[in-house]
Amino acid sequence: MSLLKVTDLVVSYGGIEALKGISFEVDQGKIVTLIGANGAGKSTTLRTISGLVPAKSGRIYYEGRDITDFGTQKIVETGIAMVPEGRRVFANLTVLENLRIGAYLRKDKELIEEDINYVYDLFPRLKERSWQLAGTLSGGEQQMLAVGRAIMTRPKIIMMDEPSLGLAPLVVKDIFMIIQTLKSTGMTVLLIEQNANAALHACDYAYVMETGRITMSGTGEELLASEAIQEAYLGKTSKG
Amino acid sequence: MKKRGNRRLIISLAVVALIYVAGFIVEQTCGSKSMAVTVLQKGAVYALIAVSMNLLNGFTGLFSLGQAGFMLIGAYSYAILTIPMAKRAAVYQYYDGGIVQFTIGMIPALLVAGIVAALFAALIGMPVLRLKGDYLAIATLGFAEIIRAFIQWDAIGPLTNGSNLLKTYPTLKTAMPGNTVLFTFIVVGICIGLILLLINSTYGRAFKAIRDDEIAAEAMGINLFHHKQMAFVISCFFAGIGGALLAMYQGTLQANGFKSAMTYEILLIVVIGGLGSVSGSIIASFLFIACSEWWLRFLDTETMIGDFKVPLLAPGFRMVAFSVVIMVVVLFFRKGIMGDRELWDLGSRRKAKGGSDIK
Repeated sequence: MSLLKVTDLVVSYGGIEALKGISFEVDQGKIVTLIGANGAGKSTTLRTISGLVPAKSGRIYYEGRDITDFGTQKIVETGIAMVPEGRRVFANLTVLENLRIGAYLRKDKELIEEDINYVYDLFPRLKERSWQLAGTLSGGEQQMLAVGRAIMTRPKIIMMDEPSLGLAPLVVKDIFMIIQTLKSTGMTVLLIEQNANAALHACDYAYVMETGRITMSGTGEELLASEAIQEAYLGKTSKG
Repeated sequence: MKKRGNRRLIISLAVVALIYVAGFIVEQTCGSKSMAVTVLQKGAVYALIAVSMNLLNGFTGLFSLGQAGFMLIGAYSYAILTIPMAKRAAVYQYYDGGIVQFTIGMIPALLVAGIVAALFAALIGMPVLRLKGDYLAIATLGFAEIIRAFIQWDAIGPLTNGSNLLKTYPTLKTAMPGNTVLFTFIVVGICIGLILLLINSTYGRAFKAIRDDEIAAEAMGINLFHHKQMAFVISCFFAGIGGALLAMYQGTLQANGFKSAMTYEILLIVVIGGLGSVSGSIIASFLFIACSEWWLRFLDTETMIGDFKVPLLAPGFRMVAFSVVIMVVVLFFRKGIMGDRELWDLGSRRKAKGGSDIK
């Protein structure tokens, strides 16, 4: 059974349909990516799953449970964490405080300390800077912190919105290393990317979105081999 | 690392105790009527109000200008409930002795003052806290003005004495005769201590998260409205107590004194002290009161040096000087005296930057 299942999801912003009925599944322990151009509805999909935007119709199931009408708070509690676009760390709080905010809804005090150490083991850089204000971190470090903060909610699935946006190519490489690390710990990742090349190489399964619809899907290799994808997203011409 | 935290706590408590002793000694040596004592009393009251405003504006990022309104509610709640029965007929002479025909003790009345202000805040908060930024400021400012007008309304005169003075309620002078500073410090100290505990709790961290990034905070599962409402109500609770203390300091109470200018004075203190710094607000409030009540008085009196009349010095010029100060602060010292740091963090700043220790 898939961990997360979205069926016929429709979302509209004041009459304009951003999602026109999309369906997809995310299996346990896999990296699944949604790729597509600006305005395809990728971010809207994530925001709807995490309850920040209401769905007009269609259902979202998590572990077989219908979570479509849960509030954000309850959705976070059930185990869906989000790493928002642009990282959005709390700039005037320290690294440690940021991590503690991630655990805000948790009541298991002892395990929180354990998880903080777990995040520090995963990202030693954060440990070095645990007292530094998050706003003073570099872009890559902030991304680590955003992921760490998401881990602190004890999720079963982490949704990442454009993690490579605005970062230098070398840092982007680091980001995808982070995603692989997450996978190796058994985490499920739903990844949204404009950087189709990197995302397709990293993922187990991918969906292609265009103006609110899913137009294609397949494993990373299948899509990388597809001519339509190469033309539209990877910048190769059919002649070349 | 616990040990260092403990030592810091002990030092902080020792410093606080020292301040209390100093306040006590100043009052004993200079007498209750001296300028220094006035500054200490009013400064402490303003410190509490400034810290309560900072909780909202500096820590939660809600720009509210309703402070004077909630102080007014607190002050009136306190005064109405504590006027001795024997004096009511004289105070409410135009309203047949008023409708409140009982009196409660001073400390319970201070608490009630906070609670009534908090209740109003909860009511106002529901619609108003959905607004953001400037709109919230305008709505709260408007509310404060409405409250001021409402309290002076003749129809509720039996309760509030209309636009007439409320007097003969217990004041600072009668609370702890000869020890007014100590009394003020104790009440204000307890309140600020509670606010500090809140700020350093999980809730405080959530407030700061909301201030930094509402969307990210929401994505972490923090209920925005619930927490904003909580910050608003708690801030107004302490503003209410602050208002009651101000009424005690003044000795008489009239709604007209709580104009929006009072909110701006407090905002000035908060900005000068540093948004997001409790100790900054406290320091700035004593500085501000000392300047406005004492050190800058000369700006308001016409002065002659020989035959030469010093220009500009006339009643009201003090306020001009303050306006200049706030412009300079906002333009060049945007972080205020303390920024968002605390006095007790200054010693460990170097550690804080590069240290790798977990609390």
